[in-house]
Amino acid sequence: MTKNLILLVSAAALMTACASKPEVVEQEPEPVAAAPIFTPEPEPKPVMQAPVQQQTVVQAPDPNLPVPGSVADFIYQAGGDARVYFGYNQYNLTPSAMDNLRAQAAWLKQYDSVNAVIEGNADERGTREYNLALGARRAESVKSFLVGQGVASRRLTTVSYGKERPIDGRSSESGWARNRNGHTNVMNGAVG
Amino acid sequence: MTSILRIFVMCFAALAFGLASGVVTTAHAQLSIDITKGNIDPTPIAIPNFMSTDSRGKQIGQDLAEVVRADLERSGLFRSLDPKSFIETQSNIDYAPTFADWRVIKAEALVSGRIVMESDSRMRVEFRLWDIFGGEQLSGLRLAATPDNWRRMAHKVSDAIYSQLTGESGYFDSRIVFIDESGPKTDRKKRLAIMDQDGANPQFLLTGPSTVITPRFSPNTQKITYMSYENIVPAIYLLEIETGRRELLGSFPGMTFAPRFSPDGNTMILTLSKGGNSDIYAMDLRSRSTTQLTTNSAIDVSASYAPDGRNIVFNSDRGGSPQIYTMSSDGSNVKRISFGKGRYNAPVWSPRGDKIAFVKSTGGKFHIGVMNPDGSGERLLTESYLDEGPTWSPNGRVILFSRETRGRNGKNEIWSVDLTGTNLRRVPTPGSASDPAWSPLLP
Repeated sequence: MTKNLILLVSAAALMTACASKPEVVEQEPEPVAAAPIFTPEPEPKPVMQAPVQQQTVVQAPDPNLPVPGSVADFIYQAGGDARVYFGYNQYNLTPSAMDNLRAQAAWLKQYDSVNAVIEGNADERGTREYNLALGARRAESVKSFLVGQGVASRRLTTVSYGKERPIDGRSSESGWARNRNGHTNVMNGAVG
Repeated sequence: MTSILRIFVMCFAALAFGLASGVVTTAHAQLSIDITKGNIDPTPIAIPNFMSTDSRGKQIGQDLAEVVRADLERSGLFRSLDPKSFIETQSNIDYAPTFADWRVIKAEALVSGRIVMESDSRMRVEFRLWDIFGGEQLSGLRLAATPDNWRRMAHKVSDAIYSQLTGESGYFDSRIVFIDESGPKTDRKKRLAIMDQDGANPQFLLTGPSTVITPRFSPNTQKITYMSYENIVPAIYLLEIETGRRELLGSFPGMTFAPRFSPDGNTMILTLSKGGNSDIYAMDLRSRSTTQLTTNSAIDVSASYAPDGRNIVFNSDRGGSPQIYTMSSDGSNVKRISFGKGRYNAPVWSPRGDKIAFVKSTGGKFHIGVMNPDGSGERLLTESYLDEGPTWSPNGRVILFSRETRGRNGKNEIWSVDLTGTNLRRVPTPGSASDPAWSPLLP
C-alpha cells in the first residue's frame, strides 16, 4: 500500500513537472492528448492472503500509464514532451532542457535496442538555409548531452529541419519559442 | 515525367530583316531607356495584335501581342497603350506606319508584327520596332517555331524590344523553378514545380510526398538541384528536367543542403553539416571529388559563385552574428563585406557580377537588399514581416524572392522587385509558393 502511495505521489510530481516545462505551454497550451488522471481508489478491505513477496514487480501495470518501453512511455518519462527548447539564435541547453534530457537518457539506457532521430528545429524568423545550419547545431547539442549521459552515439542520428517543421503556427514570442527546439524522435519503442 | 513536361521542340531561326519601303532616317537621337532610373516615367509603347491572313494565325497574333504587352508592362519600364486608342490599323508591316497617327496618342515606340503560318507545324513571327518620334525602324526580327510554342516566341519578341530600347539583354524567355506549398503551417506540403517567368505553364516536377526546398537551375537550364527530405537525413539531388532522371548527389557523413551550381556548371557548391558544424564544400560534378572550403567552427552556409567563378560569397556567423563574407574559390582570402546594423543572410551574386543580393533582418523586419561585391553601396529594396530567398533575373536587373505573411494562416508568395526598388510586384502562382530560382535565358 505504501508503495502504491509513493507511486501516486511520484506520478503527481511528474505531472507537475510536465505542466511546468516548457513554461510557454502554460500560456497557450497545445492541444495534446489528455493526460491520465489519477484518482485515489477505495482501499480494498484487508483480506487474509498468502504473503506477497516479489509479486509487486509482476503485478499488472497501471492501465493509465503507458506500456513501459513504448514510444508513449518515452515521451511520458521525458515529462510529456520529448522536446527541449532554445533561446533565439541559441543552441546551448537550459537547465530544464538538461533535466528533460537526463530523463530521456535514463530511458534510452534502459531500452538499449531503441534508436532515435534527434531533430533540430528553428523558428521562422531566419532564412531557410541559415536555419537549417542552426537546427543542426541544436540537434547536435541534444545528441552530445545524451551521449555524455551514456547513450551510445551510434544510436542517435541527427537531422535538421530548420524552420520546415513548426509545431506552433503563431508568429508571436510564444509561438517562436515553441518552434526553437530539439526533438528526440523515438520511432519504435522496445515493445509494441 | 516526360508527359508532364513541355519539351521544347523548336528551332528558333532569328534573323534581322530590313525594311522594304524607304524611310528617311532622321537626325533625332534614338529612343532609348535608362534602366537604372526606375519607372518614374515608363515609356509609352503601342503593340497592336500581330496580323495574319490565317484564322489560326490571327488568334496567335492576338495572344502573342497580349503576352508581349504584359511582359513589357511588368518590367516597369514601359506603359502599354490601350489598343482601343490606336488610330492607324496597319495592313502590312513592310511599310512604315503613319507616324503622325501614333504621335497623336503619344506612343513613343510601335511594335508591328505578323504571323505567317507556313504549315500546321511551322510558323514565322516577324516584327518591326519603330521609333515614333525619330520616325525610323529600330529593329526587325523574324523567328520560326512550331505554333504551340507561340508563348516562347512572344517572350523572345519582348526580349528583343527590351534589349533594343535599354541596351541590356532581356529576361522574358526564361523559367522559374519554385516550391509549391499547400496545407496548414504546421503540416505543410512542399513540392517542386516549374513555370514560365510570367507564371504561365505551371507544372509539378516531382510527384512524391517528400519535402523539397531550395531548388536552383544549372547554367544550361536543363538541370535543377534541390534539397529533399526523401530519406531520414536530407540530401542534395540533381534532376534532369526533360527526362525526369533524378540522382542523389554524393554520400556525405552528415546532411547536405544549400546547393548551387558554379557558373560553368561543372561544380556544385554546398553546405555539409557534420557534428553540428556547417561548412562549405565544392564538389566536382565530373569526378565527384569534394573540396572543403571553410573550416570554421561557426556556421558557414549559403554559398554563391561570382559569374567568373573565381570568387564566392557566403553567409557566416563567425563574427558573432550572421554576416556576408567573400572568399576566393579555393577558400582563401576570406573577407567580411557586410557591416550594417542587423543580421545578413542568403547572399547571391548577380549574373552581371556587379551586385550581391541578400536578406537583411533588423528591427523585426526583413528586407531584400543589394550591395557591391566589396560591401559598399548597400541599398534595401523591400521590407515586410519576412522576405527571403533572392534570385536574379538572367540580366541581373530584377530580383525574385519569397514573401511570407505572419500568423497561423501565414502564406508564402513570390514577388519581384527591380534593382531600383520601385517596381514591386507579385508573381502569379497557382497556390502558395516559395524559394523561386530564376533560370538563365533559355537556349
